[in-house]
Amino acid sequence: MIENQQRSYSKSKRIKNILKDVFTNPYNIIVFISLVFLTYLIIVPLISMITSTFQVAQGELRRIPGSQVGDFTLYYWQRLLASEFSMSTLYKPLLNSLLIGVCVSVFSITLGSGLAWFMVRTDLPFKKFFSFAVIIPYMIPSWCKSMAWLTVFRNERVGGSAGFLSGIGINTPDWLAYGPFAIICVLTVHYYAYSYLLTSSALRSINSELEEMGEIQGAGKATILRKITLPLVMPAILSSVILTFSKSIGTFGVPAFLGMKINYYTISTMLYSNIKQQNTSLGFAISIILITIAAMTVYINQKIIGTRKSYETIGGKGGRSTPLRLGKWRGLFTALITAFIGLAVIMPIAILFLETFLKKTGDYSLSNFTLHYWIGASDPAIAEGEAGVLRNARFWTNVKNTMILVVVTSVIATIIGQILGYISSRGRKKVSGKLIEQLVFIPYLIPSIAFSAIYLSMFSTRHGIVPALYGSMALMVVVSVVKHIPFASRAGTSNMIQIGTELEEAANIEGASFMKRMLKVVLPLSKGGFISGLMLIFISIMKELDLIILIITPKLATLPYMAFQYSNNNNNQMSDVVAVIMFSIVLVIYLITNKVSGADISSSM
Amino acid sequence: MGKIVLKNIDKFYGSNHVLKNLNLEIEDGDFMTLLGPSGCGKTTTLRVLSGLEKPQNGYIYMDEKEIVNCDEAHYEAPSKRGLNLVFQSYALWPHMTVFENVAFGLTIKKIPKEEMKRMVENALERMQILQFKERYPAELSGGQQQRVAIARAIVSAPKLLLLDEPLSNLDAKLRVDMRTELKRLHHEMGTTIVYVTHDQIEALTMSTKIAIFFEGVLTQVDTPLGIYNNPADLRVADFIGNPRINFAECTGRVKESKFIVTSSFGEFVFDSSMLKKEGGENKEFPCVIGLRPEQIEIKRKQEEGCFAAKVYTSQPAGSETLITLKAGGVTFLAKEIGIANYKENEKVWLYIDPNKVNVFDQESKKLIKYSV
Ligand SMILES: Nc1ncnc2c1ncn2[C@@H]1O[C@H](COP(=O)(O)OP(=O)(O)O)[C@@H](O)[C@H]1O
Ligand SMILES: [Mg+2]
Repeated sequence: MIENQQRSYSKSKRIKNILKDVFTNPYNIIVFISLVFLTYLIIVPLISMITSTFQVAQGELRRIPGSQVGDFTLYYWQRLLASEFSMSTLYKPLLNSLLIGVCVSVFSITLGSGLAWFMVRTDLPFKKFFSFAVIIPYMIPSWCKSMAWLTVFRNERVGGSAGFLSGIGINTPDWLAYGPFAIICVLTVHYYAYSYLLTSSALRSINSELEEMGEIQGAGKATILRKITLPLVMPAILSSVILTFSKSIGTFGVPAFLGMKINYYTISTMLYSNIKQQNTSLGFAISIILITIAAMTVYINQKIIGTRKSYETIGGKGGRSTPLRLGKWRGLFTALITAFIGLAVIMPIAILFLETFLKKTGDYSLSNFTLHYWIGASDPAIAEGEAGVLRNARFWTNVKNTMILVVVTSVIATIIGQILGYISSRGRKKVSGKLIEQLVFIPYLIPSIAFSAIYLSMFSTRHGIVPALYGSMALMVVVSVVKHIPFASRAGTSNMIQIGTELEEAANIEGASFMKRMLKVVLPLSKGGFISGLMLIFISIMKELDLIILIITPKLATLPYMAFQYSNNNNNQMSDVVAVIMFSIVLVIYLITNKVSGADISSSM
Repeated sequence: MGKIVLKNIDKFYGSNHVLKNLNLEIEDGDFMTLLGPSGCGKTTTLRVLSGLEKPQNGYIYMDEKEIVNCDEAHYEAPSKRGLNLVFQSYALWPHMTVFENVAFGLTIKKIPKEEMKRMVENALERMQILQFKERYPAELSGGQQQRVAIARAIVSAPKLLLLDEPLSNLDAKLRVDMRTELKRLHHEMGTTIVYVTHDQIEALTMSTKIAIFFEGVLTQVDTPLGIYNNPADLRVADFIGNPRINFAECTGRVKESKFIVTSSFGEFVFDSSMLKKEGGENKEFPCVIGLRPEQIEIKRKQEEGCFAAKVYTSQPAGSETLITLKAGGVTFLAKEIGIANYKENEKVWLYIDPNKVNVFDQESKKLIKYSV
């Protein structure tokens, strides 16, 4: 009988079974939905932006004689790359950006990895305090730091009102207050945290026996550092070089605060001002250049690190570690690091905080202190009648906006991230898993401001069934969600990987359907990772300025945007108040997250 | 469960051909052990049987029912096959208590509460872990987790129980205890069991049948004794048995209805009816003789039909003694029960029962003279 069954195989049955399997397998369905979703939200907008730089827009009808809207044109690219404006709109800002990128990378890597080495490898005292203090800068949005910088170095000539130093009678030159020097300093103080976090975890993973072996062979401390330790952490250092470089050429907030007032433009601020002046297509073309540079650096990083990553496993779990004794240098280094933390971390926050109480900036006499900017009623004599922040209805609207944006976005992004993480962890060997992994990586390559430019091009008009979203919270949510998908799905993947497939298979054998398996097995086990991922995304979106600056409208203003606006209107104290409030929220949430779930902030880079 | 038949099963992972034209029949009530070195495809076979993995070619029938038909892309869902599986890692759900772990399948089947409680407690009782029912898996020792995994698999009285190296994560003593217990479980429940292991002792002591795999090819299926006494080829012979079988190269020849095997240490003469090889009449061919250590009887005096040998070393191990011998340039290992005292370089004589001897063809590596 068995023999007969074997012969009577039918093609139609085979096809029916295969189709049934493909279309009823829930895994395939989520893969399909995810692919559609990612294509529509990543690939389509990118292509839409690229094509729009080759099409005549309404604004240029007059300048391109005989053309119609939508005609193919090289006008924008020609204007950007080879015209009398090229120097000022592209090449100079580009050079500025590259200069900033290179300097910031060099300085912050030196600072960050040096600090990491002291913190992990030596017998520096007060390590616990130091290691918390040095990552505070990571939690302060970079634009808050530039405000702090201004608070200290602003002078009356450019900024309109005096900062701390001018206030106490030290005249600060313009180049110190604004421009490349200021931008590089602030960005270095911001980004060194990246190399610090990356390098210190690499250092921690090195088994100290590797170094001790060198000592037994007769190598001195310097030789060991140069020949053993450094090569082992090199991948981490390289990685942070590239990360810092691509982040600092794409960043908007800092060069906007510290450069635009003196007409010092970087490629990202140039992009912003073009789009604000309705030169949208030109702005898009600049975005494409920015994306290309950033994508290239990250790509190179992947290539270089990809082959060298194997080091990490050699280091092993990092067993016992014997700290290097600093001896007579101990006091000196402790003092230096304390001074650095005082100057770079504590003082800016303190001065920023102090300035919120100054009726007039720069005047630190007791009589000038006021709570007006916090809780004062509207007074036409101060800040054009703007009421104190906490009394200001706009502030509370903005708090509400921020909360809606942050909560909605982080929940959606985390859920999507978990789903994508599920697909890539379960489909490691399948085409689906690899494809999704590649797709979700794309937003990571694109600097925030260019990223929102893409969405501006895509969603400013009606698109099939999707209405024009410009000026809506929905657009801000979409942009923030998609931009955070690389992190969210990475968090999702590492969360899902630790849930063994066998746990699901065991439920499958017991007869649990896909939904049941998700609800009863996967979901309960992914709770912890879900919450820590959510919190980190929450913090990141909370302080986001670059990402939303192009698509925000006053009605939808968030706290970072409010601070930015106040600062643009030379209303420094109120800007400070908003920044202080924001920073406090971020810090509190981080501390809670860290306590509750042990989430590591370094994983959200 | 009735008979289980795997027919012409092929399984590929990408271009890696993991199971090669597998044909296996498992009778009702068998304790069938899949034995082979690590990476030979045992787990894959189990997963194909359970439905977690889909083969590319072949058929599987259970109880005359078609479970898998690759030509028609028909694969019955794992839960419809009436089987259960104990994973090597146990795969206990860490967020559920022991009770919930075991009850999970029953809640899916919507078994009434009272009934379910009775069934779960019954299974836990049988595995002697009822007292742990409110604990979480992380609060149990490895051996206890193992018992929970088995309880979970047997609670719904599956007709087929699949076990993937269940004892490999236990310490040596626990492993021996658990062996007895699994054997007893099989006896009491009467279910068909397919058991995967790379440990030949486990296979020999527990199974009713053993299927030996090498690199995705099923080499031999037989009873434990059948495999031990008559390994189908040199590789199986070498894999089975501890201490290992002795091999000696020799020359075979058929002459006047006698099968004569000549080696450097002596000559064996068998009735040619024992030879399972075509042709070769009056022609010499290379072969390998296989001698189990316990088949070599050591005599202190010369006797009729014995081979001369010299003691190389003697290792007493309490209940048995392993003696390394040299005869005609070949090294043998012999085993004697009890403590024996042989001196180094002592001259001895070896008696080997010709009926028990295995002879393999050097060229095909196959067994050509069976032990009787
Ligand atoms: N999911 C998989 N993907 C790719 N190759 C696999 C997978 N599972 C097993 N293999 C390969 O199949 C072969 C047999 O594996 P397995 O059945 O687990 O061996 P065993 O259980 O006998 O040790 C091995 O070479 C293994 O590398
Ligand atoms: Mg296995």
